[in-house]
Amino acid sequence: MKRDITLRINQRDENFTIDDADTLLEVLRDRFKYWSVREGCGVGACGTCTVLLDGQPVSSCFLLAARIAGHEITTLEGLSEGETLHPIQQAWVEERALQCAYCTPGFVLSVKALLEENPNPSDDEIREYLAGNLCRCAGYADILRAVRAADKKLRA
Amino acid sequence: MANFAVVGQSVYRKDAHQKVTGQVLHVGNIEMPGMLHVAVLRSPYAHARITRIEKSKAEKIPGVAVVLTGAEVAKMPGVDPHFGPAFRDQPILAVEKVCYSGDPVVAVAAVDRRTAEDALQLVEVDYEPLPAVLDVLAAAKPDSPLVHEIHRPAKAFADLAHVKAGQKSNICYQFKLRLGDVNKAFAEADRVFEDTFSSPPAQHMPLEPHVTLVYLDEAQRINIWTASQTPSYVRTEISNTFGIPMNRIRVRIPYLGGGYGAKLYAKLEPLVTALALITKKPVRYALTREEEFLTITKHKVIAKIKTSIKNGEITGRKCEVYWDTGAYAEIGPRIVHKSGYTSAGPYRIPNVWIDSYCVYTNHVPAGAFRGFGVPQVIWAYDSQTDMIARAIGADPVEFRMRFALNEGEAFATGTPVKSFGVKQALEEAANAVEFSKPSEKLAGTKLRGKGVACGVKAVLTPSISGAIVMMNDDGTVNVLSSTVEMGQGSETMMGQIVAEELGVSFDQVHIVQPDTDITPYDTITAGSRSTYHMGNAVRMAAGKVKTVLCEAVGKKLEVNPDDLVAQNGRIHVRGNEARGMSISDAFLIKFGSAGTTITGEAICQPEAVPMDPETGQSEKCTEFWFPSATSVEVEVDTETGKIRLLQFYSVGDTGTAINPRHCEQQLLGSAITHLGLTLFEEMIFEEGQLVNGSLLDYQVASFKDLPDSFRPIIVEVPHETGPFGAKGVGETGTLTVSAAIANAIHDATGVRIRDLPITPERVLRALAEKDAAAVKD
Repeated sequence: MKRDITLRINQRDENFTIDDADTLLEVLRDRFKYWSVREGCGVGACGTCTVLLDGQPVSSCFLLAARIAGHEITTLEGLSEGETLHPIQQAWVEERALQCAYCTPGFVLSVKALLEENPNPSDDEIREYLAGNLCRCAGYADILRAVRAADKKLRA
Repeated sequence: MANFAVVGQSVYRKDAHQKVTGQVLHVGNIEMPGMLHVAVLRSPYAHARITRIEKSKAEKIPGVAVVLTGAEVAKMPGVDPHFGPAFRDQPILAVEKVCYSGDPVVAVAAVDRRTAEDALQLVEVDYEPLPAVLDVLAAAKPDSPLVHEIHRPAKAFADLAHVKAGQKSNICYQFKLRLGDVNKAFAEADRVFEDTFSSPPAQHMPLEPHVTLVYLDEAQRINIWTASQTPSYVRTEISNTFGIPMNRIRVRIPYLGGGYGAKLYAKLEPLVTALALITKKPVRYALTREEEFLTITKHKVIAKIKTSIKNGEITGRKCEVYWDTGAYAEIGPRIVHKSGYTSAGPYRIPNVWIDSYCVYTNHVPAGAFRGFGVPQVIWAYDSQTDMIARAIGADPVEFRMRFALNEGEAFATGTPVKSFGVKQALEEAANAVEFSKPSEKLAGTKLRGKGVACGVKAVLTPSISGAIVMMNDDGTVNVLSSTVEMGQGSETMMGQIVAEELGVSFDQVHIVQPDTDITPYDTITAGSRSTYHMGNAVRMAAGKVKTVLCEAVGKKLEVNPDDLVAQNGRIHVRGNEARGMSISDAFLIKFGSAGTTITGEAICQPEAVPMDPETGQSEKCTEFWFPSATSVEVEVDTETGKIRLLQFYSVGDTGTAINPRHCEQQLLGSAITHLGLTLFEEMIFEEGQLVNGSLLDYQVASFKDLPDSFRPIIVEVPHETGPFGAKGVGETGTLTVSAAIANAIHDATGVRIRDLPITPERVLRALAEKDAAAVKD
């Protein structure tokens, strides 16, 4: 069934018609061309399609858009301002926390939620929180350093 | 080492900004007006004859452009319905029979994916099941049912020129190595060790699944955007398959979301090209993760290894290695050859016998996976080498050091080794984990132990990399190269080498992404070959540009061009920076006009001496070797069988590290991926059906698997003909992980695991068997 919904995406109110079967991922990519949101597994298991729903990380491939009408979505496009990178993104570059970088948008958004919820997390807390985001280049060591560096930047 | 300006510096990645903002171009972001989407019906049977396909209902669904079968592809004029890099054995869509569960049978192109999927529901296919060939050892026997009646060599690569046609067998290729008299060594030995090791099929799992977009442009040329590691090969394959001239095909590759070998050779391109030719519309096919599982795998391998010891010396080693290449050979024969010949290890052994078999079965096709088969053979030989050392009371590190080849000694192939830092790597690994100091003995049910392993891979030889370097009159540079940036940092590597050679800053060098209209031939982005081959090509091409500039400046200043150098954006007399001019001025004196370019082209094409087909002997079987060592300390919970990695060191001889930080990243990242492949990754088949084909059921290494303590360690044994002494590093970290962990588990518990993955269940069963044996004694 078709229906009209409103979503606040990256600080903009958007009104549009969806099919009940449309996932949030399909809406963000196919309709709004937010290319940072990427499908990796289609079953909510890899974290590649992570976006923030009212500030909390969710797998957009596994969420029907119809269920979240009226809520607020942040994609990676909503993080940096023009050419200025968000401190987490800066840390990602400086600590080389990216290789193929397909996982990067999902990781950066998960880390944003982590550091807002729990500033100065322990290594164990970082490992636990990010266990749902996969990196097949397996740059976890670099990512761990980047999270620590981002946390320092954000608390400075 | 010489003093370099850019080489050896850990500059930041060229692609960092666009990647960290998520705005990087992937094939999946490219949309075209009227673009169609694809869904594919796949075989439920491992082996069956197709008796009927009924598709008329599907064709009537609004929005469906075409419903295509293999029989129709075979009737397209001038089209060869089969493709493949070693044998032309893989149908674009199944013709007459299906060869694995997951084999594509019918394709629909429609206005959107859901419509295409709906249409597939209305397609009916009847099958007559055939005997399925599912066990690699049974498949290799002469009485096995056949997967393919004929073998048709593809003739696509010089190094596969020796694969043969015909043969009523599932063995599509066999590599043989014979050195000395191994049977005599066994007969005269004090002790003979005989073991069998297995490693399972597994998934590459690039987070970006395969995706291909094909359209015909206004000149009716075939344009292909594809997530591939082989732009040049894809163009050749499409040309051969469809009978279309090379310059009527354009293949472009943007950034890949990982490859790891999954995206080599042709995958979706032939099918999507067929659909685009038929519909005359842009067509994109993006695999789902579930389809990815049914497209390509890492080879399952069974390795039998027999080693003799006489007076404490290794006197002979016989290796029989069986590679389950699945329903289509893919690049299996190259893996069976290139990795097969290293199966006895980097050791001085006077008598060696290797038989390495590439075997068809009715499984998902297997291809190259980061490490190209070498992790599977090192799993066998460096597990057994450890067992032998411990059995004869030798220290496992000292034992390996005694027999590891020294510079200039002959490998089992007869090739003298050069730039062969295997001992240095092993020594670094052993020191890092303090191997000589035993692990702490804990009270309770947890046991700790240490393990090492070493091994070596040889780069694919011969192979070819061409490059064009175009310098602009403002001193900036465009590099035209078909090397694919898939995360490994090749753009950064090329940028550093070209900047060094031309004396400009790294930021002034732009790397043009692979585009077969403009970037020259490159064999493949894989096998840790790009830094050496493409690095040399871009360096030589840049050198030619420099020569042209120096000649112009030399003429003007009346100095010998050989006395000029390119440094800091200037061409000047060596040792006298004032006597020279800026690059812009050099252009101006040459051309007298603004906006000009100078272009240099070069090809790096190392040759090998073909191996003797009966003995595998060759004066030069490879251009370079890349040695690897891993050391670990593990803790085994004897109540649950769970393995915890306390310490983990990944060591590689990279030659000169062009970008040390990125080399470390390759060493550690590839090793941690292999932790997952060692401890839990396995594609499980029942009667030829994959039962864990989704990321819900198939686990890969996550943040939770990062060891407690870890460090990558670079060993630099420069290569005399590498660019600035560099070799390769993309796969090094994968090679020795599995054996090091099994060796540490043995050190901790006394049990020996011979089958991957080393699951808690396997550990517990081995511990129980050990306890039962102790009771019996």
